[in-house]
Amino acid sequence: MAMADATQDDVQVGDTTDKRGRLVTSDGTPLRRALERSMRRRKLMAFALVAPLLAFILIFFAFPIAQMMWRSVDNPQIVNAVPRTLEALQDWDGRDVPPERVFAALHADMMEDLDRPRREQRIGPMGIRLNYELSAARSAVSRTARQVPNFEAPFRDAFTDAHRLWGQPELWRVIQREGRPLTMSYYVAALDREFDEDGSIVKRPENRQIYVNLFGRTLALSVTITVMTFLLGFPIAYYLSILPMRYANLLMIAVLLPFWTSLLVRTSAWIVLLQQQGVLNTLFVNIGLIGDDNRLDLIYNQTGTIIAMTHILLPFMVLPLYSVMRTIPPSYMRAAKSLGATPTTAFRRVYFPQTLPGIGAGGVLVFIISIGYYITPALVGGQSGRMISNEIARHIQQSLNWGLAAALGSMLLVGVLLLYWLFNRLVGTDSLKFG
Amino acid sequence: MSSKVKLIALSSAVSAMALSAAADDPVSLTIVSWGGAYTQSQVRAYHEPYMEMNPHVTIINDDGSANALASLRAQAQAGNVTWDLVDMLPSDAQLACDEGIIMPIDHDEMLAPAPDGTPASEDFLPGSLGECFIPQILYSTVLTFRPDAFPEDAQPETIADLFDTENFPGRRALQDRPGTNLEWALYADGVDPEEIYDVLSTPEGVDRAFAKLDTIKDDIIFWTEGAQAPQLLADGEVAFATGYNGRMFDAIEVEGMEAEIIWDGQVVEWDGWVVPADGDNIDAVMDYLFFATDTQRLADQAQFISYGPARASSSELVGQHADLGIDMAPHMPSALENYFAPIVLDNDFWVDYGDELRERFANWMLQ
Repeated sequence: MAMADATQDDVQVGDTTDKRGRLVTSDGTPLRRALERSMRRRKLMAFALVAPLLAFILIFFAFPIAQMMWRSVDNPQIVNAVPRTLEALQDWDGRDVPPERVFAALHADMMEDLDRPRREQRIGPMGIRLNYELSAARSAVSRTARQVPNFEAPFRDAFTDAHRLWGQPELWRVIQREGRPLTMSYYVAALDREFDEDGSIVKRPENRQIYVNLFGRTLALSVTITVMTFLLGFPIAYYLSILPMRYANLLMIAVLLPFWTSLLVRTSAWIVLLQQQGVLNTLFVNIGLIGDDNRLDLIYNQTGTIIAMTHILLPFMVLPLYSVMRTIPPSYMRAAKSLGATPTTAFRRVYFPQTLPGIGAGGVLVFIISIGYYITPALVGGQSGRMISNEIARHIQQSLNWGLAAALGSMLLVGVLLLYWLFNRLVGTDSLKFG
Repeated sequence: MSSKVKLIALSSAVSAMALSAAADDPVSLTIVSWGGAYTQSQVRAYHEPYMEMNPHVTIINDDGSANALASLRAQAQAGNVTWDLVDMLPSDAQLACDEGIIMPIDHDEMLAPAPDGTPASEDFLPGSLGECFIPQILYSTVLTFRPDAFPEDAQPETIADLFDTENFPGRRALQDRPGTNLEWALYADGVDPEEIYDVLSTPEGVDRAFAKLDTIKDDIIFWTEGAQAPQLLADGEVAFATGYNGRMFDAIEVEGMEAEIIWDGQVVEWDGWVVPADGDNIDAVMDYLFFATDTQRLADQAQFISYGPARASSSELVGQHADLGIDMAPHMPSALENYFAPIVLDNDFWVDYGDELRERFANWMLQ
């Protein structure tokens, strides 16, 4: 740049080259610079055009996701509520019940909290937080907090009289461990693990392990549903693509119809069709296929989830496939056959490879949508057809354990990104065609 | 008009507004409840008469109670509380109260006494009042069955029959949560209703309950939404279903479903109001609450749905169903002939042990 400035005076107006033979515009600016300037203007223009969308994505997509991930490690409740207690606990060995000065510090912390305006009180949230780690810790905290103004030294006896848990090192270990601004305990719980007495991470008792199992099942169900939509969608898309346009459009409406129907209506329709006294089972019994005593269990289990979700997600597979197949000239197949390929070989080596971008796009769409699905599994899944998103919803809405919900959600997000990365490595996303 | 005069005019207008705010400035109250027949009963028993007496008040119904806890916390954290009054279960109310996102209630100060002058705290049924909670109704989870699923001379009568697949075969629809199911398992296993929660607080008690549930596991269909239970029963999908007694009443008496309620071991629980902290219309809400929770209004609600009023003084006033004209008293969970072996849901227990037991229950469902 500096060199260009220095040589600017030497340019003779009207020439297309300066003295050193470089190209210039008619007003004498070196062409390279002029081009850069106009490119910059166009880039700015382009940026200004996408800026609203970018801002939208940042505010409504990236920011909430970042906030969710932050929630899965954020742990302010105990640090804010009992700073003195935590300080007094610093050199406690975690074996026996802590000494009197720890109880005195807790008393002081609780007394201070009572003076705060109600909305800013911190002891209540601390109790709820502790209960995630140790059952009944909530009532230990809230019942004690009510009696604290009447307590007199020695506080240790007063606290253990108010609730038995104060006399157990377990509760104090949780307070000490979670008395930090950041925690990994939500992830520990999300991986079906817990802390043992020495603070090391061990597996939970078998009868309380659920999440890892559910992640695995969600993955398996999503893969099954993706494969099912492919098996059903491929022939439909192929048939649509070889039909004359006006018939194809008519049939396309039939494919799209589910899109225009309420999700709940579709799901309820499946219940009517599939239940034991439902249309399908009754039909089977009437034509003598099965006996009246052993009607099939088609719903309230995994089968129900797979059937209903395959139906709901089928358009997401058919549409990309169809748009890709439309662009494959029929002459390719004819050419292959005229060169001696059997119909199977022609299909396998000529036609099928050209549909791969559509299969990839449809597969990614269906898989990613189904991995986070939750209304349909909740209604038709019974106990064995549930997915991880049902648990996430429960923690958000009912148990109010947003930290654990955030940890499970973050794991799901990272899992999906990993799978997408893997897919990209194996197949390449450049070749995807979504429609 | 000089700016000074304007200022004086403005400030006097503001103070006049502040004075008359309680009187008749239009107020709109957003009241959150469970939707369906339940909200309708509140509209007819509370909202409509109240709006008639106070024409400046408009009541907006929001069917958000199922997720009220999460919404209340989100509103409080965002500093934008848009709900004025929320109908919720006492265990959720306890959590919200611990978090400080709903108001503590001074029941005698804020609520109407009984007609004979008994203060509210004594008129409401024992154990129903909470720190931040004003009960309206007593409802129960009951076992219901299809009479045509069993021979006429061998109909089920007790909770123990739910666990007896030999004499009472058929599928059972249970709610997909540990509450009620664990209590019934212990009750059917011979534990006294009064001692159920003591037993359930011990690891052995929990094992015992799950072992009992294991015996019927293959015959269970789990339901999630309240409307599913009567539907499964009506479709003949199951022989037994658990459900809320109000919904079952509706399905049997109003819709004409062939089913019968077993009142043995009914699990009773309260349901009531909480007031979100920092709402914009606290005064108006308090005025409404004073009216809507008095003796007559609670009795009125029972004309529309078969849930028992939470005040002792209301029970004598319970009359007939507003549309069907049948006597409502025998259909109340609190009716003496139904209240012979109730299990009173212990909310403190479920707030404390709920997380752990739900995990164990979810694990058990998946096995």
